[in-house]
Amino acid sequence: MQQFLEIISKPDNIPIILLLVGAIFFSWLAWTKARRNDALEVPVEAALDDKVQVWPYLVRVEFLATIAVMAILVFWSVFLDAPLEEAANRALTPNPSKAPWYFLGLQELLVYFDPWIAGVVLPTLIIVGLMAIPYVDINPRGNGYYTFKERKFSILVFSFGFLVLWVSLIVLGTFMRGPGWNFFWPWERWDPHYVAVLTNVDLSELLFNIPTRLPDNSINPVAMLFGAVVVLGYYSIGPVYWMMKRKDDLMQKLGLVRYAIVSFLLLTMGGVVIKIILRLAPMAFGLNPVKYVWVTPWFNI
Amino acid sequence: MALMEKFRKTEFYKSIFRHSYQDTQRNRALQIVDNVFLHLHPVRVPRHATNIGFTWGMGGITFLLFLVLTITGVILMFYYRPTAQYAYEDMKYLMNDVPFGPLMRNMHRWAAHAMVLTVMLHMFRVFLTGSYKPPRQFNWVVGVILLVLTLLLSFSGYLLPWDQLAIWAVTVGTNMARATPLLGHEGPFGPELGMRINNDVRFVLLGGTEVGPPTLLRFYVGHCIFLPLIAVIFMAVHFWRVRKDGGISGPESKKNF
Repeated sequence: MQQFLEIISKPDNIPIILLLVGAIFFSWLAWTKARRNDALEVPVEAALDDKVQVWPYLVRVEFLATIAVMAILVFWSVFLDAPLEEAANRALTPNPSKAPWYFLGLQELLVYFDPWIAGVVLPTLIIVGLMAIPYVDINPRGNGYYTFKERKFSILVFSFGFLVLWVSLIVLGTFMRGPGWNFFWPWERWDPHYVAVLTNVDLSELLFNIPTRLPDNSINPVAMLFGAVVVLGYYSIGPVYWMMKRKDDLMQKLGLVRYAIVSFLLLTMGGVVIKIILRLAPMAFGLNPVKYVWVTPWFNI
Repeated sequence: MALMEKFRKTEFYKSIFRHSYQDTQRNRALQIVDNVFLHLHPVRVPRHATNIGFTWGMGGITFLLFLVLTITGVILMFYYRPTAQYAYEDMKYLMNDVPFGPLMRNMHRWAAHAMVLTVMLHMFRVFLTGSYKPPRQFNWVVGVILLVLTLLLSFSGYLLPWDQLAIWAVTVGTNMARATPLLGHEGPFGPELGMRINNDVRFVLLGGTEVGPPTLLRFYVGHCIFLPLIAVIFMAVHFWRVRKDGGISGPESKKNF
């Protein structure tokens, strides 16, 4: 526990605490406002649409906020020094080596995915996916005020991505990953000599005992085919659902291009969760964790 | 006071301040319009825009932190040489001997962390109020670019102290680039396209096969010149678009409900 307290009180980890507190506080605030608006005929913001002069009514708010932020920042900077460790030394690798705090969710994903997915493809999809939001969300309601009932789906998806995937993976990666990137509970000491006994298997091995590699260490075509069927089959949920529902009003309005983007991004997001579960859940039943779903000579998923 | 009254009537004073300070509608409007900094604002805004519970103030605070970072950053540049030989020595000097050096560095670092945080929370608020919806779609895209630039600015600055924390955090971060599909020497189809450790995308980023002195210089120039310049351009577009897209978001009007 003492070690955990040391880690959470590291100067560089304070933003994570603030992120956690801020995410919870602002979720609560937005939720309260959304519930209040949802209970009304007209959102509260619409009733406040009379114009006021920026000088002084807005400028004074900005002025006070500036003073508050500067006061906090100066206070923070006077009483807490930014860390400065020993001089850079390429011959001495700290264990664990961690990226800056805002990338630790992505670093945590390295447990579940190869670097090309966790470090390149997923970040790219996050950025592209965020940019796509305004163009794929065709719901015209809830524009400019807090609401939940008018846009349940989009708010649930975004909040899941931000609060569950982004924030909690950062917390997990920073506070519970010790030497060797092994998992440690808050009350455990980070033991640098701890060796986790892990025998990773691939999905085909776990489910049907089909080995990924043949005795001569070449890739088993049956396992490769199995992986391809699982991965491509998973992504084909998108087209199949389209074929089933394409006559629906919503699908007609959404159109094929928007639907393809949304379903691909959502399935990828779901795939991340599934892969995390495949990695962690078997251990709870005394089985070996799953490393790959699909192994090929060129890439592994 | 009489002297002040006299001064107010001089040509010099009037050339600086174009209007009097009597509390009239007209003067309140001129206060905004006649000021290069305040004229970023419209003269009047809907009442809910002044409610901090609605806006959370996160966008404005992000901009304030950017200004703090610019000023403290320029001061830090006076004491810092971006070479492997001097960088760490300069940090020690700054933290131990430069008057107010620790304060400047601490403010720079904590403001940087805080800015990453406020950008995220600003985005969360904009999402939850549906403010990316028409006609503001493109400004959301600009905002995402600014989010990426903020992360890159923070990440490139992380290397500059040239201590163990810096070099290994950046090593871990930039190691991802080796796995870039097609462009990294360990990424899918990278080797097939002729990518090696000394010619792939990571090599371009680091200026070498590992985080070394050329990386420090690259990150320094990126951190102090290239990225802030790009960020300022996108910020200008972002703020301008807020105005052009109809000011702060809000429900259209009571009639529509």
